[in-house]
Amino acid sequence: MKRTLTLTLAAAAALTLALSACSSAPAPVAGGVDAATATSLTAFGELADLEAAAEAEGTLNVIALPRDWANYGAILDAFSAKYPDITINEASPDGSSAEEIAAAKNLQGQDTAPDVFDLGLAVAAANTDMFAPYQVATWSEIPDALKEASGLYTGDYGGYMAVGYDPDAVPAPEKLSDLLGSDYKGKVAINGDPTQAGAAFAAVGLASVQNGGSVDDFQPGIDFFSDLNEAGNFLKVDPTPATIASGETPVVFDWDYLNVSYGTQLEGQRNWKVVVFPGTGYAGYYNQAVSKDAPHPAAARLWQEFLYSDEGQNLWLAGGARPARAEAMETAGTIDTALFDALPQTPETTVVPTEAQAAAAATLLGEKWAAAVQ
Amino acid sequence: MKSGRQLSSSFRATAAALGLLPFAVYVLLFLAVPTLIAVGSGFVDTNGEFTLATVAALGDPVVLATFASSFWLSALTAIVGAVVGAIACYALLGLRPDGPLRVMVDSLSGVLAQFGGVMLAFAFVATIGIQGMITVYLRDTFGVNLFENGVWLYETPGLILPYIYFQVPLMIITFMPALQSLKPQWAEANATLGGGTRSYWLHIAFPVLAPSFLGSLLLLFANAFSSYATAAALVSQGSQIVPLQIRAALTSETLLGRSNLAGALALGMIVVMAIVMTGYSLLQSRAARWQR
Repeated sequence: MKRTLTLTLAAAAALTLALSACSSAPAPVAGGVDAATATSLTAFGELADLEAAAEAEGTLNVIALPRDWANYGAILDAFSAKYPDITINEASPDGSSAEEIAAAKNLQGQDTAPDVFDLGLAVAAANTDMFAPYQVATWSEIPDALKEASGLYTGDYGGYMAVGYDPDAVPAPEKLSDLLGSDYKGKVAINGDPTQAGAAFAAVGLASVQNGGSVDDFQPGIDFFSDLNEAGNFLKVDPTPATIASGETPVVFDWDYLNVSYGTQLEGQRNWKVVVFPGTGYAGYYNQAVSKDAPHPAAARLWQEFLYSDEGQNLWLAGGARPARAEAMETAGTIDTALFDALPQTPETTVVPTEAQAAAAATLLGEKWAAAVQ
Repeated sequence: MKSGRQLSSSFRATAAALGLLPFAVYVLLFLAVPTLIAVGSGFVDTNGEFTLATVAALGDPVVLATFASSFWLSALTAIVGAVVGAIACYALLGLRPDGPLRVMVDSLSGVLAQFGGVMLAFAFVATIGIQGMITVYLRDTFGVNLFENGVWLYETPGLILPYIYFQVPLMIITFMPALQSLKPQWAEANATLGGGTRSYWLHIAFPVLAPSFLGSLLLLFANAFSSYATAAALVSQGSQIVPLQIRAALTSETLLGRSNLAGALALGMIVVMAIVMTGYSLLQSRAARWQR
């Protein structure tokens, strides 16, 4: 008995060793440049040099980029068309920002680890030790408010929290309090749980600023959803294009660019209109970051250059999102004006919570949310 | 002669142990080690230093409320599933064991007991969702609105029906052998000694079946308590049951630095499961006396 146990343990140990012996190749050095430490294009020379280094790597690992989110599908395809020698591996398209970081930690040192991240602000700010600073060629055109000074993470695209609705199922809501009416019974959903998902968190933020609160105080927002729940209007299903298509979720709080894309996706199946309420608007940007341990450091940096090029920015715009360089591109005349003018009307004032405000609101939601919507 | 037999029997034991080796390694690598790592993560803080603060967070009112709703949901679906399942088993006793209906119910139970997660959630959304077949039929034909006071399908009460859906077949699978072990001789003995139906159930069947029934009840409780995928697919707000809280702690992009709470929650679940499964095995060994 004893001997068999020892045998079992020895076999298990051997197997564990075999499993954990993973490849950890040193970062390839292209043309004498260590791509992993390059903080801008100048380290490589010209864009062509970076392209050559990235093509030599031949792979780019992206993670948590849903193809129907802010036009990412078209962006990935455009990059592939432009650089056919670089294979893009798309991992867990529907993952959350937190899962991106977890994947980078779990896969550290393996060639399947993510090269680049697309993160909500809170997660980006909390994990700067995971990133390599990189400033794209168009760095100066990105508003200071949207970027970390050294380029550890950079705002890439954003939008306003908006309400999408099916005009055939409900009357058009003109202000937040309209949603408490009996026409919306069992019809109002938000994209996820605000204690987990950034978009849902922003929905509570919008309800706060529209309901007498502010980004310093999310309580009025929690109270609004509590009232919505009392009225029997709050629908606790996670909305997706499928639930919208079937009519399961006729009213959805989500980023305007996502709501707009639901409408384009469901063209001919279901009418879908988007409204950004007047008064105070709640905006949020996502952020790009390059992984410090990127297995393909040059490809990661080329991806950044592509995203912040006019082409990349206009592709986000085509998905209904507001790209970080929108103002500068408008001035330079490089923005796609037809798309830019088609974005929902912006409200008079716009608020974006700071990191501290977001952290305080998250803590409050953690304590109060579950009970408020029981 | 004697020593030869001993040798071969010890050789047989070694061979048997070797045969168990692949399974033992598998369980160790994919069950024991991950469990220990997960629970261990509840005892360290974000910097990897030992702390008891995370485990102390189990006393947090939100967490306690979650454990409470996990408990009542599991208990309710286990009791309903056990009673309905036991009645179904009793009805099946009247059928020929190799008859077509009996074979069909047995195999169906085997499939449905494992029918959970996204498929089950979708089945319910498609039938009694807001645009579900049955919902629309009731609304258009009888003017009955299933969701008069809010859409309960996507809240904790909405988990009761889907859970019962897999609890009943599981009860049939686990409880049927116990019912079949009721020997006809016992009924005959009872009748010979002048007893009636009442005395048969009171003094023979019930005492024999009780350990099996309670054991199956505990198994059903554990089954519901540890279910995750069905709830994850249906309920998106509030994380009312413990597995959903674990998901929230691990994947939240708004409440950061709580991934270690998941380990503490897992520890809480493991303690509950350990108590339940210990009770189950005790009751099973007691029930086994009558099933030889």
